[in-house]
Amino acid sequence: MNWLKQLARRRRHFSDLSQEIKQHLAEKTDALMAEGMSRAQAERAAQREFGNVTRIEEDGREAWMWPLLENFLFDLRYALRILRRSPGFSLIAIATMALGVGATTAIYSVVSATLLHPLPYPSPSELVRVEANLPGVGAHDIGISVPELRDLQKSGTFQYVSLSFFGTNVFTSSAQPLRIPSKSVSPSYFAVLGVNAQLGHTFDPHDTTPGFLPEVVISDGLWKSAFGGDPHILGKTMRLDNDLYHVAGVMPASFRDQGQTSKERSTDLWAAAGFSGPPAPPPVRATRLPFETIARLQPGLSPAAAQERVDALVATLTKQYPGDYPSQGGWTIHLTPLAETLVGNVRPSLILLFCAVGLVLLISCVNVANLLLARASARGREMAVRQALGAARMRLIRQLLTESLLLFVLGGISGVAVLFCARKFLLRFIPESLPRLNDISISWGVLAFALVVSVAAGTIFGLAPAWLTSRLAVTATLKQEGRGTNGSRRRTGLRHVLVIGELALSLVLMIAAGLLLRSFWDLYKVQLGFNPTRVVTIQTSLPNPNDPKTDIYRTATQEGVMLHEVQRRMRTIPGVEETAVSDLAALPLGHGQNERRMTPMLREGEKAQSNQPPLIDALIVSPEYFHLLGITLLRGRLFAEQDLETTPLIAVINQSAARTYWPGQNPVGARVHLLGRLGRARPDWTTIVGVITDARTESLADASIPQMYVDIYQRPFKFLTFYLRGQVDPAAISAQVHTQLQAVDAELPVFSAETLNDVLSSSLSVRRFSMVMVALFAAAALLLAGLGIYGIISFLVHERSREIAIRLALGAPRRKILKMVLRQGLTLAGAGAGVGLVGALIVARLMARLLYGVSPYDLSTFAGVTAVLTAVAIAASYVPALRAMRLDPISALHAE
Amino acid sequence: MPSQNSKQTEQRDLFRGALEMMVLGSLQREPMHGYALAQHIKQRSNHLLQVEEGSLYPALQRLLRDGLLKAAWEISASNRKVRTYRITPAGKKHLERERSSFERMLEGITLVLSPAGSEGAV
Repeated sequence: MNWLKQLARRRRHFSDLSQEIKQHLAEKTDALMAEGMSRAQAERAAQREFGNVTRIEEDGREAWMWPLLENFLFDLRYALRILRRSPGFSLIAIATMALGVGATTAIYSVVSATLLHPLPYPSPSELVRVEANLPGVGAHDIGISVPELRDLQKSGTFQYVSLSFFGTNVFTSSAQPLRIPSKSVSPSYFAVLGVNAQLGHTFDPHDTTPGFLPEVVISDGLWKSAFGGDPHILGKTMRLDNDLYHVAGVMPASFRDQGQTSKERSTDLWAAAGFSGPPAPPPVRATRLPFETIARLQPGLSPAAAQERVDALVATLTKQYPGDYPSQGGWTIHLTPLAETLVGNVRPSLILLFCAVGLVLLISCVNVANLLLARASARGREMAVRQALGAARMRLIRQLLTESLLLFVLGGISGVAVLFCARKFLLRFIPESLPRLNDISISWGVLAFALVVSVAAGTIFGLAPAWLTSRLAVTATLKQEGRGTNGSRRRTGLRHVLVIGELALSLVLMIAAGLLLRSFWDLYKVQLGFNPTRVVTIQTSLPNPNDPKTDIYRTATQEGVMLHEVQRRMRTIPGVEETAVSDLAALPLGHGQNERRMTPMLREGEKAQSNQPPLIDALIVSPEYFHLLGITLLRGRLFAEQDLETTPLIAVINQSAARTYWPGQNPVGARVHLLGRLGRARPDWTTIVGVITDARTESLADASIPQMYVDIYQRPFKFLTFYLRGQVDPAAISAQVHTQLQAVDAELPVFSAETLNDVLSSSLSVRRFSMVMVALFAAAALLLAGLGIYGIISFLVHERSREIAIRLALGAPRRKILKMVLRQGLTLAGAGAGVGLVGALIVARLMARLLYGVSPYDLSTFAGVTAVLTAVAIAASYVPALRAMRLDPISALHAE
Repeated sequence: MPSQNSKQTEQRDLFRGALEMMVLGSLQREPMHGYALAQHIKQRSNHLLQVEEGSLYPALQRLLRDGLLKAAWEISASNRKVRTYRITPAGKKHLERERSSFERMLEGITLVLSPAGSEGAV
């Protein structure tokens, strides 16, 4: 309560002070009157010798105050009064800043969740992705064998190393078969991530069981949805793909798995295996598991140092096992920070967005600074009076700075408030493929960011106007009633610079938006090479039990019977005209680029180790796939009913593959050995029977990816996509397909029903998102720049109204006045466009990677955008120009 | 720019702490109220120092705040109700310190300005 007492004592000090000053003046007056002055004379003389009573009293009071705080509070109160006095001005300034800060904060919250905190685990910098490559034969991410995994684990470089494989398991002990996104992992998986269970325990990282452990760990979400949050869940059994497991632990609600895709990140179940016994192949070096490997580095070890150690290990192993690591392959193991692998592909887009929104913020700040300067001319007289009354210039600057800070901070608060209210709505615009989408939130860090941005912007952009407002010739200003002072010329100069800057920045943004729009449009309008209309796709997965003997779909023949029957039943659904089936990879544009695994193949007559095995994108499809998607056969034949498990293996390739691997030859009849996963199942020759046209089923942007299609009735697959063409209702189809599927096998799940057009459109989602956002930012920037130019031209017209009136009175034609004002607007626009074009050239070069089908220096975009900017500048100048033209010279001159 | 501003600063700040020192010095002789203090400083300095009378008061407030002075309302000899200031022991100590440091400074300035020390000076 010390400060309360102090406050009370202070009051007394203040009254004592003013009382004693009054006494002093009285005594002095008496003394002077005693010398013979009249009372009036004496009073004046006493005042003069004493000095400025108000200021002295204020100085005296200051001794008892906390000057910084109290002056600030005083300034704040005054600033609030000033803001209330001109609500229009305040509202515009606050709204402008709300736009700038709100948009920047929104993008920052996305950037913060994805780029700044991509991995929600302890010590995320220790996490790396381990990737084995054979650069000598151009093979990338070939997988790791169990002996190699053990070597890595023993190397001392890592705390833990873990394999993981994402798939789906079908959970059949609940009422309906449930498809659960699940991961098969090494027992050390959770030790790598450094996360523990909220209930029970995770796997023992030192477990050495060769096959699958009898226990699983489930997510909090699955625990709640499938088990109703049963507190006695631990030890309960779950039947997954016909295998029995018991629940060992439940992960915390906040835990989210890492992974490349949103599906993988929403894994609900983890099963652990040693991968060195059935169902995994025998653990020999040559058998590389096509899994993902992640590891946690020893504490304090940098990725670069770890890479050096791994390189040394690789060198030793290559020497030790020359048969397994032929020198032509050049086997290497590469470590990448895990965060980098997760956000690496969205980083350019997000950085672009952040820069774009930064420009919008900058333009907002410039606009408000411009408004402050405009008001400075109106407040010239106030400043002059306050200086004449003895206010120090620093004090005035502090006051003005407080005002601008208040404006900026209020703007920031409103921006964040709007953002907070609209966050649910806004989140819907963020593409689902963005990593860590669910962790985007307005956290304390984001709020702190908004505050820092507002205060920094307020200080930087408030300082110059404050400086220039307080700088004026007191006498001249008072005489001229605050108009036409020398300070105002400097202010007008600065305002010109600010408007030119605004125009330049918005031109840069608009060109960036224009280029993105062109890219997007080109991609959208690209010749697909297949027909996605009226096609609904729907997925299922067949059980994949650990013991192959219990698998009722083990062979292609077994699976084929089921596929034929399911499709026959699907064709009975009203509206369905055609059906087809394929593996997941063949779903056009249905997956991220990272999921694509190229299959190495050997052409007949080539030796495995003397040549680079070429890589091909191998897809498993049913014969109807090509007709259903409208992909045309160029030569040879497609798959037929007589191609079965027992007949010779066949394949169809696309034109790019023919061009790349059989240049100048007819590939029909050529034979290849497929290596990798497909080759292991059927190692015999595959004969190419046909060539089809190129279709952009892998990537919209790349038309020439060599592809090979093999027959699903020859090579069975567990994860399937069904295609239904016809007049079907995508909302009802899921249930209809479900009924038909369950009639064949009651344990098959159905999921992800979507039209192919939707799949197509969501494959463009990140591009669309960044294009729409940048376009919105550009529109905002253009609006602000237009307001800016309108503001300054209006001001100039107002300042020159006397001159204009005289010109008019002297007989100048009104059109000439209009032209004169418009010319000023155009000059500003020209200067802004000049500066902006230079900036845009630099920016366009930097964003070349994000463009498709359009040159970063696309002339039509640059010219078009410049024309739009000029048009807006003319339109914004036209209103004040009209006002100038219609000026009534008599009343204008009288007003002076 | 008008000369108004510059004149003010010249008048107010003799140098930092000079006015306070004179106030403490004067009050060490005898307690006084503000007006008397102003007259005292004017007379003692032979009107050489152009001190604005009012500027005494902020200085007095600062000294009061720092506990170097005490103040009390009394009735003066001319039968006025006046606020009389007295120096405190802390004030005396402070004055002593200030005085010696001021003397050292003055000595230094004098040495620099003295003709013997400055070659080429007229």
